[in-house]
Amino acid sequence: MQPISKHTGLVMPLDRVNVDTDQMVPKQFLKALTRQGFGRNLFYDWRYLPGEVPNPEFVLNFPRYRGASVLLARANFGCGSSREHAPWALLDYGFRVIIAPSFADIFYNNCFKNGILPITLADAQVDEPFRRAEATEGYQLTADLPNQAVSDAQGLKFHFDIDDFRKAVLLEGLDDIGLTLKQEPDITAYEQRHHPQANLYQAVDFTQ
Amino acid sequence: MYDKIWESHVVREIPGEPTLIYIDRHLVHEGTSPQAFAGIEAAGRQVRRPDLTFAVMDHSVPTKNRELPIVDDSARLQYCAEFGIRLYPMGDANQGIVHVIGPQLGLTQPGMTIVCGDSHTSTHGAFGALAFGIGTSEVEHVLATQCLQQDRSKTMLVTFRGKRPPGVSSKDLILALIGKIGISGGTGHVIEYAGETISRLSMDARMTICNMSIEGGARAGMVAPDQTTFEYLEGRPFVPRGREFHVLVDEWMYLPSDFGAKFDKTVELDATQIAPQVTWGTNPGMVTSVTERVPDPNSFRDPDEQKAAVRALEYMALRPGTPIVDIPVDRVFIGSCTNSRLEDLRAVARLVRGKHIAPTLKAALVVPGSRVVKAKAEEEGLDRILREAGFEWRDAGCSMCIGMNDDVLPPGERSASTSNRNFEGRQGKGSRTHLVSPIMAAAAAIAGHFVDVRELGVDVTE
Repeated sequence: MQPISKHTGLVMPLDRVNVDTDQMVPKQFLKALTRQGFGRNLFYDWRYLPGEVPNPEFVLNFPRYRGASVLLARANFGCGSSREHAPWALLDYGFRVIIAPSFADIFYNNCFKNGILPITLADAQVDEPFRRAEATEGYQLTADLPNQAVSDAQGLKFHFDIDDFRKAVLLEGLDDIGLTLKQEPDITAYEQRHHPQANLYQAVDFTQ
Repeated sequence: MYDKIWESHVVREIPGEPTLIYIDRHLVHEGTSPQAFAGIEAAGRQVRRPDLTFAVMDHSVPTKNRELPIVDDSARLQYCAEFGIRLYPMGDANQGIVHVIGPQLGLTQPGMTIVCGDSHTSTHGAFGALAFGIGTSEVEHVLATQCLQQDRSKTMLVTFRGKRPPGVSSKDLILALIGKIGISGGTGHVIEYAGETISRLSMDARMTICNMSIEGGARAGMVAPDQTTFEYLEGRPFVPRGREFHVLVDEWMYLPSDFGAKFDKTVELDATQIAPQVTWGTNPGMVTSVTERVPDPNSFRDPDEQKAAVRALEYMALRPGTPIVDIPVDRVFIGSCTNSRLEDLRAVARLVRGKHIAPTLKAALVVPGSRVVKAKAEEEGLDRILREAGFEWRDAGCSMCIGMNDDVLPPGERSASTSNRNFEGRQGKGSRTHLVSPIMAAAAAIAGHFVDVRELGVDVTE
C-alpha cells in the first residue's frame, strides 16, 4: 500500500448525497480477478452514455476536473455494497483523498486498506470548498495528515479528526496482515482456550 | 448482547489500537473474494483455518440452463481446493445464497462472530450472532489470521411494540424502520431488534429484518436467541447433537442483553400502525405505505434530500402525488438473501394459487434462496402452483437482486422486487426497482400494479 502524508491536488466536487458503491463500480465489473484497472469504469453508468461515449453532463467528464485527486462529496458517501472495488476504482482513477460530511462504515474501512485518506468534516465546513471548487477553475486542496488539516491557497483551513492507529497505518503504508501475524502467540492462545471448530455432525442430507 | 459476544472474542486488546477479535465463521463467495486469495498466494501466506472457512457460488451463477458450461466463472474459486476450503459449487445440493445456506446448514449459531465479503452478512445476526460484511482486504486478513482488527461499535436498540397486523411482513417492519431512521441512521452502530413483535417472528422473518440492517447504515443487526432459534437449529448438519446440544443451549441462554442494559441509541416503533411498504425512490429509505402517494420533493425540509428526491423521481419516472397503487409493474422478482426462504415462497404460493399473473407483465421470477429451499418447495408442490400462475421457477442464486448473471431488469422497466436495494441501475442499467415484501410482490404480479395486500386477506404465515 502506498503511504500518504501530505497531498495537494485538484478538487472534483460531487454534489450528491448517499452515493452508493453500486454507482462507483456497477456489478458487471465485479468479475475481474485482480485489483487493478477499475479506474476506467469508475461511476460507469453516470459517466458514459450508450457506446461508452462520455456523458458531458457528469462532473467527472468536465475538462476542468481532469486529473483531480481530491474528491469532495456529500453525506453517507460509499453506502451499500461492501465491494472493495469501489476504493480500487477511485484510487486507480487517481483519487487519494475523499472529503465528506460522513461515510458509510464498510467503505470508510476499505479506504484505509488501500491508501486513500477519507476525511470527515462538518456539513457546513464542506459547503465552503464546494463553493470554491465550483467558482474557481483549478481549485486545489491540501490534505495534511500529520497535522490533521485541510487547507487551500486562499487561507481556508479546517482541522479534522482521525483515529491514531489508522493515521499511522496510512502514514507508514503498513501491512495490517503482517502486523496481526506478529500476534500469532495470542491467536494460538485464544484457540487453545476456546477451541473454535466447525464439525459436521451429519453427512448433509441432499433431499432434506 | 453485542458486548457479551465482543468480549468473548477478544484475542488482544491494547489501548490506542483496534482490538483483535477472533472470527468463528468465515463465509466466502465468488463475487468479492478471489482477489483476497490471490493476495494470500502472492504474499506466500497460508489460510490459517480452512476448516472455519466455507465457500459457495452464488453471486453470478445462472438460474436456468445450468447444464451448459459457465464461460467465465469456473476459475473464480479454484483457490478453495488449493487451500483445503469446503466449497459448495453450482452443482452441489447445498448450493445457494451464502446468507441462506449458512443458517440452513447450522453453520450460523448464537454467540458466534461471522464475517463474509458481503454487506448482507448482517442476516446471520438473527441467531444472536455478531455478523457483519467486510471488504476484500479484510477477507484476506481473516483468511491469513482468522482474526480482524476492529473498533467497538455503538449500540442501538430497536423495539417493535404490538402485534404485527395480518398481511404486514417482517420486510415491512424493516422498511418502515429504515424510512424512519434513514439509510445512514444506523451508521457506526450494531442494532439489536427486540419487542414482542420480534419474539413472535419465525427465524426466516427475523433473517429478513437483520438482513436489511445495512440498508439503515448498521453493519450488524441481531435478535436475542430464544426457543424459536434453538428449535430451528436442532438437528442441522453443523449443530452438535444430544447432550452436547443441550449444553450449548444452556450457554446460549446467557447471550440476551441483561435487563436494563444500556444502549447508545434507542428507537421504538408501533408494529400495529405499520402498513405494507413500497419504495418509491433510489434508496431503501425512500419508502412509504402502500396507502400513500408518491411524495412531493418540496415536502422534504433538507435541501439535499429535496435534490435527491427530485433526482430519484426523475430516474424512477414517477410524478409526485401518484397513488402508490396506481404504479404499474413490468416484472416481478421474488428472491434474494432478503426474501427467498421457504416461508416467503409458501406465502407467495398461497396468494397466487388458482390465479394468474397479469397479461401486462413481461415476466415474474421466483428464485429460491438455496437448492434445499427449492427441493423442499417442490416437495410441497409450491413450484407447480407458481408455474400454473405464470411464474418462472428458477435455480438458486443472487439472480436479479444484483444482476450479475443473465437475470437483469431491462432499461426503463419497473419491477416489484423482494430484494434489498433499489439503487440506480442495481437490477440492470436504467432499471427501476420498487422494494416490497414477497406477498406484496405476488399481489402486484397478479394485478399488474401495486395493491394493498391486506385487502386480499392473505397473511405471511398460516
